[in-house]
Amino acid sequence: MSSNDSIGKTLTVALLLCIVCSVIVSTAAVVLKPAQEYNQGLDRKRNILAAAGMLDDSKTVEEQFEQITTRVVDLRTGKFTDAVEPDSYEQLKAAKNPARSTELDPQEDIADISRREHFAEVYLVEDDRGNVDKIILPVRGYGLWGTLYGFIALEGNAQTVAGLGFYEHKETPGLGGEVDNPRWKNQWPGKQVYRDGEVALEVIKGTVDSGAPGAEYKVDGLAGATLTTRGVSNLVQFWLGDNGFAPFIENLRAGEA
Amino acid sequence: MSIQSMKDTLTTPIFRDNPIALQILGICSALAVTSSLKVTLVMCMALTFVAAFANFGVSLIRHHIPGSIRIIVQMVIIASLVIVVDEFLKAYAYEISKQLSVFVGLIITNCIVMGRAEAFAMKNPPLPSFVDGVGNGLGYSVVLIAVAVVRELFGSGKLMGIEILPLATEGGWYVPNGLLLLPPSAFFLIGFFIWALRSVRTEQVEEPDFKLASHTPAPAREGV
Repeated sequence: MSSNDSIGKTLTVALLLCIVCSVIVSTAAVVLKPAQEYNQGLDRKRNILAAAGMLDDSKTVEEQFEQITTRVVDLRTGKFTDAVEPDSYEQLKAAKNPARSTELDPQEDIADISRREHFAEVYLVEDDRGNVDKIILPVRGYGLWGTLYGFIALEGNAQTVAGLGFYEHKETPGLGGEVDNPRWKNQWPGKQVYRDGEVALEVIKGTVDSGAPGAEYKVDGLAGATLTTRGVSNLVQFWLGDNGFAPFIENLRAGEA
Repeated sequence: MSIQSMKDTLTTPIFRDNPIALQILGICSALAVTSSLKVTLVMCMALTFVAAFANFGVSLIRHHIPGSIRIIVQMVIIASLVIVVDEFLKAYAYEISKQLSVFVGLIITNCIVMGRAEAFAMKNPPLPSFVDGVGNGLGYSVVLIAVAVVRELFGSGKLMGIEILPLATEGGWYVPNGLLLLPPSAFFLIGFFIWALRSVRTEQVEEPDFKLASHTPAPAREGV
């Protein structure tokens, strides 16, 4: 088999093998792409429902998602816009595109996301009379190892939290990864967001004394995960604040969105 | 190759020459993915698939693989298969693929797959190689499933996500063993598995590398 070890043969084998393997891999990737995108969409919808505490395992995600209206908000004006289609709009891609996002001043960029997109999707649940019952907002921000992506849901008064959930993060399992712990997430519903027009909601270090004044604005930190805790606190404050959805929420309250 | 020897190739790796218990290969993923049975089953299927087809592919071109790049050639074949498996999981088992995350990718470096491609497929025809891959995948699966059943049942009181032992925190009586949900517990369980297997099949017990010599009498001291 010494002929196998000639330079020509080695290069030929390597080249042919690479071509064959790349054809197989790319075929699989292309053929399976639609199914994967469908799954990702479904997963996103499930997370939106879960953040709002509306997930019901007895029904399919798509059935449940029918009660939710997806709208696009122009974050610069805080008003609904029809400039982009919600179905085809890719918010995270837009955030990286200089033409479709704003660079944030480091002072303002407390969630450490560096650019904020012009348009953001919001998900509204309306009751029978067309009043907004729940508002679900996409949020993201830097934790310890990477960006946490999730949703925060507010009640119709845009003051009370209905729930919070992350669908993607890289935090340490058992420490920062406890952001997925249902018991921790259960603290969020009922917390208050704004006090005198400012975001007062924060995640503190340690445990909240439920009798103390202002306890309704505070959420327990995660033990052993100071940086994740701070990251979650910052991202909530950023996205509910003036550079995030606060103008939209004000407009919505005034009925001018 | 006769039917009988085919059958041997398939069944030998399950108990007699188990890749995990005897060869102590592929431990890394055995620790990582066994905290829930469902995830484990998918991982086992993925590994068996990759091991079988990687063996088949390597064996198919074994007469043309230059010795100088043979490991790279094996890796390319294995890596391509792993990517295909990963794409399939993302398309048809999205939730599980999210849980398995990097571990599917890490099948590429799983010692069982590499080991069998190098040790068996390089020297044997495609069909026996394929069977050997399936057999080793099953051998890996037997250990992983055993570990996963114990870990999920006693660690979270469930099997396949269905509650078997009602948890004390949810109003039942069972206080789960938190250690079993952590990767080190799989070390203990695999240790017990190997112990049990070697108690039955004593021929698997390894010869000790060193033996304590018996005492020699102290030399008589002179000039006292």
